[in-house]
Amino acid sequence: MTSLALRNICIRVAISAVMASFMTAARCEDLAVMIDNFTFEPAQLTIKVGTTVTWKNRDDIPHTVVSAGKFRSKTLDTDDSYSFTFTSPGDYKYFCSLHPHMTGMIKVE
Amino acid sequence: MSAFDHDHSQDDPRLSRRKVLECMTWAGTGVLWSISGGVPHALGLIDSAQAAEPAGLTFLQISDSHVGFDKPANPNAIGTLEEAIGRIKAMPVKPSFMIHTGDISHLSKASEFDDADRIISQARLDVHYVPGEHDFIDEEVKLYRERYGRGTKGSGWYSFDASGVHFIGLVNVVDLKAGGLGNLGAEQLAWLEDDLRGRSKSTPIVVFAHIPLWTVYPTWGWGTEDGARALDYLKGFGSVTVLNGHIHQVMQKVEGNVTFHTARSTAFPQPAPGTAPSPGPMKVADDKLRGLLGIASIIFKPGDERLAIIDTPLQG
Repeated sequence: MTSLALRNICIRVAISAVMASFMTAARCEDLAVMIDNFTFEPAQLTIKVGTTVTWKNRDDIPHTVVSAGKFRSKTLDTDDSYSFTFTSPGDYKYFCSLHPHMTGMIKVE
Repeated sequence: MSAFDHDHSQDDPRLSRRKVLECMTWAGTGVLWSISGGVPHALGLIDSAQAAEPAGLTFLQISDSHVGFDKPANPNAIGTLEEAIGRIKAMPVKPSFMIHTGDISHLSKASEFDDADRIISQARLDVHYVPGEHDFIDEEVKLYRERYGRGTKGSGWYSFDASGVHFIGLVNVVDLKAGGLGNLGAEQLAWLEDDLRGRSKSTPIVVFAHIPLWTVYPTWGWGTEDGARALDYLKGFGSVTVLNGHIHQVMQKVEGNVTFHTARSTAFPQPAPGTAPSPGPMKVADDKLRGLLGIASIIFKPGDERLAIIDTPLQG
């Protein structure tokens, strides 16, 4: 392997390391929970204070996202989304008020 | 039905051949614990039952019309509701009234309730409604009660009498708890206990609500958390029939004096418990859809403890 080729590889590794850290930073601000087949995916999520979580309903049936006393979405029809920014730490259990067997939790650290 | 009628029928068993045959017919339609199979072609049965004896009371159940639904499982839920109402209009003997066991609309939009009313009123029958969870999702949660709640208690429960049968419409789609099932709540249960107090045990009772009052499949939320308490109040009554919707398929079981039955939807089918990743709308081949949608006729004859329930698919 020539020194030029080696340098190219080093540059690529450096670039991907920078991109990876950038993407991680972006994810800290914005995380997604998908609603598929009457389940929240992932069902449990651990995040940092200040993170915004967006739920998106991909079912053919409307759902809601409700955490008693904390947050409550309007009814989400197919492909509708709801976002909430978590500003204080704690365990936020939530459920779908139409299909209460659907439950999830956001752990905010 | 009076207490006198009841006593009379016990003194005189009247086990005629005709009656035995009739019971056998009904056994085929309902007495067994069956899951969506073995559904007889109904109109013929209704005809023969009505020809055999003067009718007591016939009423209809429709359910889960989901007006506004337009997803692949049935892009035209309005059209199939119209077909169902067309079938009702074509019945040779006009039923006394109709019950609708909820999910009239898909998203509780005023336009959806308007369309439902426009179509269902063409049957020219009184309709007694109970709400499904899809009827309470407008922003202010007021449209259902404005339109259907007159004369009802709480979130929409009530009772009425027809031809000696006591009908009770319950609401089990409000104030649901995380991780739980359908819910009646303390206030409604207290009302129910009061509604039944002092009533003759020979009075046939029909209870209708959206979510099954019995536990069909808790993994999918198909049951009512405090349904057993409601059934406790119905102990001792000679004839209790529980009619539900929500699960978009026919299921029946008999437990002592209580017959439980769920009706098909007029909009889209849902899978049998545990046979799919979720209870969501089930897409079937276009030519199979109408075999999985339909209505139910319920026939009560004085002297018979069990009501005959006949499910009629839109086609097949």
